[in-house]
Amino acid sequence: MGRAVSALLRKELRLELRTPQVIPAMALFGVTTLVIFHFSLQRDTVEGDLAAGVLVVTLLFAAMLGINRLFVADHEEGGFDGFLLAPVDRTAMLVAKALALTGFLVVVELLLVPAFGFLLLGPAMTFELLWKVAAILLLADAGVAIVGTLVGALAIQTRARDLIVPLIGLPLLVPVVIGAAKALAPALDAAGAGALPGRWLAILGLYDLVFGLVAYAVFDFLLED
Amino acid sequence: MYGSRLQTLAIASVVTLAGGFALAAFYAPMDADQGFMQKIFYLHVPLAIVALGGFVFGAYQAVQHLRTGDPSRDLKSYVAIHMSLILGIGALVTGSIWARASWGKWWVWDEPTLVAFLIIFLLYCTYQPLRFSIEDRDRQARYASVFAVTAGVFTPLNFLAVRLADPLIHPRTLDSQDNLPGEMRLAFLVCLLGMALLYVTLWKFELTHKHARAQLRSLKRKLGAADAARGRSAAPEATVS
Repeated sequence: MGRAVSALLRKELRLELRTPQVIPAMALFGVTTLVIFHFSLQRDTVEGDLAAGVLVVTLLFAAMLGINRLFVADHEEGGFDGFLLAPVDRTAMLVAKALALTGFLVVVELLLVPAFGFLLLGPAMTFELLWKVAAILLLADAGVAIVGTLVGALAIQTRARDLIVPLIGLPLLVPVVIGAAKALAPALDAAGAGALPGRWLAILGLYDLVFGLVAYAVFDFLLED
Repeated sequence: MYGSRLQTLAIASVVTLAGGFALAAFYAPMDADQGFMQKIFYLHVPLAIVALGGFVFGAYQAVQHLRTGDPSRDLKSYVAIHMSLILGIGALVTGSIWARASWGKWWVWDEPTLVAFLIIFLLYCTYQPLRFSIEDRDRQARYASVFAVTAGVFTPLNFLAVRLADPLIHPRTLDSQDNLPGEMRLAFLVCLLGMALLYVTLWKFELTHKHARAQLRSLKRKLGAADAARGRSAAPEATVS
């Protein structure tokens, strides 16, 4: 299992390194969304719950792009067939894809959070604020990656793939949005960063756990052919 | 064999629902604040609870379908979700009317129960488009079941997430004792039972209908008639025994 996961993960990273496709698209889309927010909200700076909402929505929409592309290469170039022929546990695919998507999201956030800090955020980016944001976003990324892998695998075999991903993915990710936005709001407050709200972090963690188990239980059925 | 207990069930649900509404109208006391408008409670809350229960029931059938591969389970899951969606529309509409009457607005965003229900409803609205966009029948059934299981787990989790956000106005129906006086509670429980019976009746009715149609089609085929052209459908096909 461990070797299969690491092989799949290496394949995923090599693919992205040789022809960078997903990460630049996600990052570019995210920055453009921030600009769109600047004009549509008609605000030069945001703080508190508005800042949390802008950041979470931007990251979520950027993640949708990544989820849409997650299985395209496997579907079109025969990656699924190769994987199904190999005598390995099928859960390896779920774990590898979820880890790859988490990695993509983290890289995109490393670019987008500073960009958000320069372009829109009112309070200054301090080290203390950054580690809080990082902790919350990591928990949210895990949830987005698990659900995204599940929805991406579900949608890849349908005719209306690009439509199905946001239609199913966005409602499923609403608890992540609620949890991340509520947790981020005090951290990004103008009146000085508040403490991390433990309750919302616990909800994010619970969501990750439950959907991790669900994905583990049902993912095999999406690969059977 | 599918329609065997349908008549009994139909009569039972009509009697229970009518009795429940009669109890609600004449036996349960008038609400001190809201007056007659509060009576919509006996329709709205059972609709919502039964719709949510139906989603979870659909998820249960989907689990059985994935475990056994029995296509009739997929049909049962499909019909359960289909019926719940219809009741869900009813719950949203009645809830909106009630909100207008008692809170003065058609829709209230800071109320987690409403929002949670809407999110779940929107999620299940994608069930049929998902089925429709997969052509291969086996794969369609399997993927739909995976979706039904995921969404079935999501239903209670979503409610938990939004309930932890402080509830403001929407009353909790079942967990607080002093919320409902005895007469109201009795009328409410009868209404809830009636609605659940109605759901089961509709569910069985739809299943019977689908089986009858599949049987008719196979008889026509045996008689040598050209297979009638069918439009594309998201519904799973019933198997003829």
